[in-house]
Amino acid sequence: MVEASPKLSVRDLTVRYGDKTALDAVSLDVLTNEILGIIGPANSGKTSFLRALNRMEEFDPNMTVQGDIFFEGQNITAIRNVYALRRKVGVVFPLPVGLPMSVYDNVAFAPRLAGIRKRAELDVIVERCLTRAALWDEVKDRLDALGSLLSGGQQQRLTIARALSQNPELLLLDEFSIAVDPVTTMRIEDVLKELKHEITIVLVTNLVQQARRLADRTAFFLQSELVEIAETEELFTGTVQDQRTRDYVEGRFG
Amino acid sequence: MSMFARTPLDQHNRRIEWLVKTLFLMMTVLLIIPVALIMSILIYRGAPALSLEFLTQVPTNGMTAGGIMTALVGTIWIVTVALIASVPIGVAAAVYLSEYAPDNWLTRAINLAIINLAGVPSIVHALFGLGAFVVFFGFGRSILAASLTLAVMTLPVVIVSTRESLQAVPHAFREACWNMGATRWQTIWRVVLPNSISGILTGVILEVSRTAGETAPIMFTGAAAFLPFLPQGVLDQTMAMSLHLYVVATQVPNVPEALPFGVALVLISMVLVMNAMSIAFRVYLRNKRKW
Amino acid sequence: MPADVQTDARSSGIAHDLNTRGRAWYIDRAVSVGVFVGGVSAIVFIVGIFVFVTREGLDFVIGPMDAKEFFTSINWRPTSERNPTYGILALMAGTASVTGLAMLVAVPFSLGAAIYIAEFASGKMRESLKVLVELLAAIPSVVWGFVGMTIMNPLIIEFFDVAVGLSVLNAGVILGLMAAPIMTTIAEDALKAVPDSYREAAEAMGATRWQVVFKVVLPAAKSGLMASVLLGVGRGFGETMAVLMASGHAINLPTSPFDSVRALTATIAAELGDTARGSDHYGVLFTLGIFLFVVTFIINLTADIVVKGVGRK
Repeated sequence: MVEASPKLSVRDLTVRYGDKTALDAVSLDVLTNEILGIIGPANSGKTSFLRALNRMEEFDPNMTVQGDIFFEGQNITAIRNVYALRRKVGVVFPLPVGLPMSVYDNVAFAPRLAGIRKRAELDVIVERCLTRAALWDEVKDRLDALGSLLSGGQQQRLTIARALSQNPELLLLDEFSIAVDPVTTMRIEDVLKELKHEITIVLVTNLVQQARRLADRTAFFLQSELVEIAETEELFTGTVQDQRTRDYVEGRFG
Repeated sequence: MSMFARTPLDQHNRRIEWLVKTLFLMMTVLLIIPVALIMSILIYRGAPALSLEFLTQVPTNGMTAGGIMTALVGTIWIVTVALIASVPIGVAAAVYLSEYAPDNWLTRAINLAIINLAGVPSIVHALFGLGAFVVFFGFGRSILAASLTLAVMTLPVVIVSTRESLQAVPHAFREACWNMGATRWQTIWRVVLPNSISGILTGVILEVSRTAGETAPIMFTGAAAFLPFLPQGVLDQTMAMSLHLYVVATQVPNVPEALPFGVALVLISMVLVMNAMSIAFRVYLRNKRKW
Repeated sequence: MPADVQTDARSSGIAHDLNTRGRAWYIDRAVSVGVFVGGVSAIVFIVGIFVFVTREGLDFVIGPMDAKEFFTSINWRPTSERNPTYGILALMAGTASVTGLAMLVAVPFSLGAAIYIAEFASGKMRESLKVLVELLAAIPSVVWGFVGMTIMNPLIIEFFDVAVGLSVLNAGVILGLMAAPIMTTIAEDALKAVPDSYREAAEAMGATRWQVVFKVVLPAAKSGLMASVLLGVGRGFGETMAVLMASGHAINLPTSPFDSVRALTATIAAELGDTARGSDHYGVLFTLGIFLFVVTFIINLTADIVVKGVGRK
């Protein structure tokens, strides 16, 4: 295997909420321009893993993080501007949040933070991101409607469009298809396949088959630990796998 | 013969229920009726004094005749200066408490200080204003000293109402912004404040009504019993509606009966109209949710 | 291994971005300092009140003040040229009697109204009552004082056939009417804070509405209700203009509700205008202020502790 440079290196990452351990000493690399799938049952630490990558412990006084995370070789606890980190890392969480402003302003929010003021430029970004999130056709005639009053599925795609509007290096998706119908899910999956030529994607999913369809490599989390990480096809069919992984992907628990 | 048929015990309970409910309703009504009566008497006896001249003329003949223009304008001066001083500080404090403050001893101390600021008797605020603004800072008895005293006194009103409206904005909106790389301030400025500004305004209107009615804190800090002219700047003394009512009701002999009632009526109308505005504003907001 | 990558990446554009603090970063920092100052100002003001009131009263406290006389004498003769005395016992009795009567009026009515609004009234009725109560709370104290003088006074004289209507009764009723709306609001909040699951659980066991209220809701809201009474006491204790105008303002140890009395707060309001800064009289009025500050501080602190529960954090 060619040694691609890792976009993200995680070493001994431990996440706690109060005295409850949500993630225990996980180490793995995310390679540039790959889709890394993360699968595992509920409460296995998948979401906590994503939260740590964005330094979200700063929003939650209850959450503590130990270990090292290197993004583009930079230890993210040592960087001087955490906001720049978050601009380069787009996140989509399962509970969709449309901001209480127009659809247009929702998607233009991050570009404006980055200093883009020209309406024409913003128009292009808004249309591109909404199209990629499979939302453009539904909202193109009412871009001034409140984002917070869209339907759940639409808000979910709006959240994806917002994450894309940041022009991220790394896109973190946490069970994005929960509020979206199967057809739309397929469309977004196609977009993700195209996007991986430009950016690196970490996809947390409760749908084992979604990981199999999209991910280049897949990691299996169980009870706060990383059980194993391997090329996706190996993990699903290979012989090197842990018994617990086999049980999970074959649907014996979870 | 169903099991839901009324038993004698049921009927007994129902009767007690009705009695209890009526008793509490009576207590509520008894709380409101005297005030309604008082208001009607104020209107009945004060209305004869009201006229356009009453509002636009200077008091004359040792305040036994003429109007209340100087007091009315003075109150507007005092309220305006007090707002200019207290709203920025109050909003800043509320933003700190709602958006930045960690859960530590200092935050608890600030909250305790706010509760006590609201609970300190108004006459003690007056003593503070006299000792601090009039004497120590050398503003003398002036609009500035009176307004600053009132600003400190009503600060908790602004802080508490602003903090409430900031916290009515769901936390998820903040996290969504932070995740896009917005700083705390960018999040506050672009999402939290635009969605709470009307709630903040409601609190400010409430503060105005509170400030306009206070008497004790301005008696010794800047409000004068009688001045024949309007203030020219913040370092002048001024008349004020609340103190004017006290003076014509207790200090001036041979006042025609309707005059103090007229003053009271104007004062209470100012205060109640502003309160009603604030309440109407709040109801309007509640019916126009954005999420 | 990550260390190697780190050296490579240091020159890259991303590393530069991650380590550059732009305008937004500095603005955020400046704002956080600014609002912190705003937050701390509340502490500065409360300390400032204590410091400045003490500063003006200190000369009296360490000078001519006789603590025993101050608290136990009923003789308040600060303007006497020969032999001024500064006993506040009568003033305390005045404040206590008026506040006590006010609570007698306000506690049952405000708790009753709070229970009705929170537990029995529904929909529109509830909203209208809340708005009314809020409007009542907004009436300025000088207007209440005026009402005491011009409306209550003749009513009391006529009704009870007494010579003077400015008395404990007058000021107490006025003060009760003033304090009731605020106490109602706080008590209603306390009742509303009782989770609906308590009510549902009790109703599921067959309790009627009033049984739920008396056996479940009131005990659960006890501390909040006590706090509302305490804050009402604090308000009565600190009220100035209404008491000054309605109590008769005569130094008296009251023996009946028809006696005129003089309150601590009213004394300051009535006399401060006639004193020269630095005089004993001026100093003793500020000393009264210190006393009022300390007592209300204790009342508010107690109410806060009662609400939050002593052991809970």
